[in-house]
Amino acid sequence: MAGSPISRGFRSRRQEQTPRNRVPPGQYVTTDFPVLSAGPTPQIKVEDWTLSLQLAGSLLGKWSWAEFEALPQTTIKTDIHCVTKWSKLDTTWRGVTFDDLLKGVGLAEPPTPYVMAHSDGGYTTNLPVADLINGRGMIVTRYEGLPIPPVHGGPARLFVPHLYFWKSAKWVRRLRFMEKDERGFWESLGYHNYGDPWKEQRYDGD
Amino acid sequence: MIEPAIAPQPRLEWQLAEVRAIVVETPRVKSLLLQVPAWQGHLPGQHVDIRLTAEDGYQAQRSYSIASPPEDALLTLTVERLDNGEVSPYLVDDVRVGDQFELRGPIGGYFVWTVATRGPLCLIAGGSGIAPLAAMLRHRARRKVRAPTLLMYSSRSLEEVIYGEELDAMSRGDSDLRLVNTLTREQPEGWTGYRRRIDKAMLAEVGFPPEQHPKIFICGPTPLVEDASRFLVELGHPFPTIKTERFGPTGGLAS
Repeated sequence: MAGSPISRGFRSRRQEQTPRNRVPPGQYVTTDFPVLSAGPTPQIKVEDWTLSLQLAGSLLGKWSWAEFEALPQTTIKTDIHCVTKWSKLDTTWRGVTFDDLLKGVGLAEPPTPYVMAHSDGGYTTNLPVADLINGRGMIVTRYEGLPIPPVHGGPARLFVPHLYFWKSAKWVRRLRFMEKDERGFWESLGYHNYGDPWKEQRYDGD
Repeated sequence: MIEPAIAPQPRLEWQLAEVRAIVVETPRVKSLLLQVPAWQGHLPGQHVDIRLTAEDGYQAQRSYSIASPPEDALLTLTVERLDNGEVSPYLVDDVRVGDQFELRGPIGGYFVWTVATRGPLCLIAGGSGIAPLAAMLRHRARRKVRAPTLLMYSSRSLEEVIYGEELDAMSRGDSDLRLVNTLTREQPEGWTGYRRRIDKAMLAEVGFPPEQHPKIFICGPTPLVEDASRFLVELGHPFPTIKTERFGPTGGLAS
């Protein structure tokens, strides 16, 4: 970048053969799966798990684990990008698309332009509905063919891989439709409201 | 319906930081004391992003917690060398006083404690995860606040304890500050402290009981953070009182 001072003696130690267009600006590729959570990991049994779709005060739909597992399941292989700079390539997830959830409650169209995702432990994140429909958003329950470990958001996490991964809320339990946008947890604490990794929208104002 | 509060804030701009002093903390850890002329201040527990630029234009960014309190003129970053890392070996082995790099922040508003926070303070650190907790302890000391405070600090050996002498001195002069070290791999002769990983029994033994409503901050490698936070929940501490930050090779915050 123009104006950046050269860090004397600093050079890339990258050995990866990753094409540049796979990795957004400021990110590095890791084969680890780092954990970043703001609090303890909720331990939820699938017997106690439900997922709700909510509009204003009313419940549009609610699934038990078994009911959720009976919905059409979709598998996706894609890259994920965490705002803390790591990216992980070719990760495989399985779950239910947001489109299929809408169909499941008999909606042809999303009722509002925004959604707030609510998780066990109190975490929230906000998203435009446009980023969830047309196969762009899912609720996933399997990672690399196995149940998602609690530390990575199991039993179920939101999955919106084209945005920074904090938008893919771990331990998701409720999607609340909103007429107007509201800020979620990190979005209220200085992080970007939208979080497009390709535009490097890490923090407010980026 | 809540009105949208989505007006973006001003961008956190990259600023130039100059290394003014380097402190060797342990064989693998150094503290860089930085002068950041336009620094706007921070809260204890917050972090910064740094950006290094190679001669060929290649850039790398990483996050580091701020170890200094807001009261200090220089900003301290404490960096552990991760052998397979790209940025930390450079910061630990190559950076000299007078060098400059870019930095922006402060970032993060959740893992934060100030003297205005009520209740006892329970800090749990593993290895270089002590850095943001040191900012809280130093802030508390500078402000001469006597909030009952406990630091449980897990290190592999005495040699790897970061800020050891400073923390000892801090707790000697302050009966409201308890310092509990555990050395998990190697202990010096005559060591009478804990010699195992932080576990539920240890937390029950030395920690504040839930009835005292402590504010809890845990920072370290993921296994330590996962274990300690789960045990604290099992001991009856409410979820929202336990704040976590991950560090180290499996932590992702720094590499």
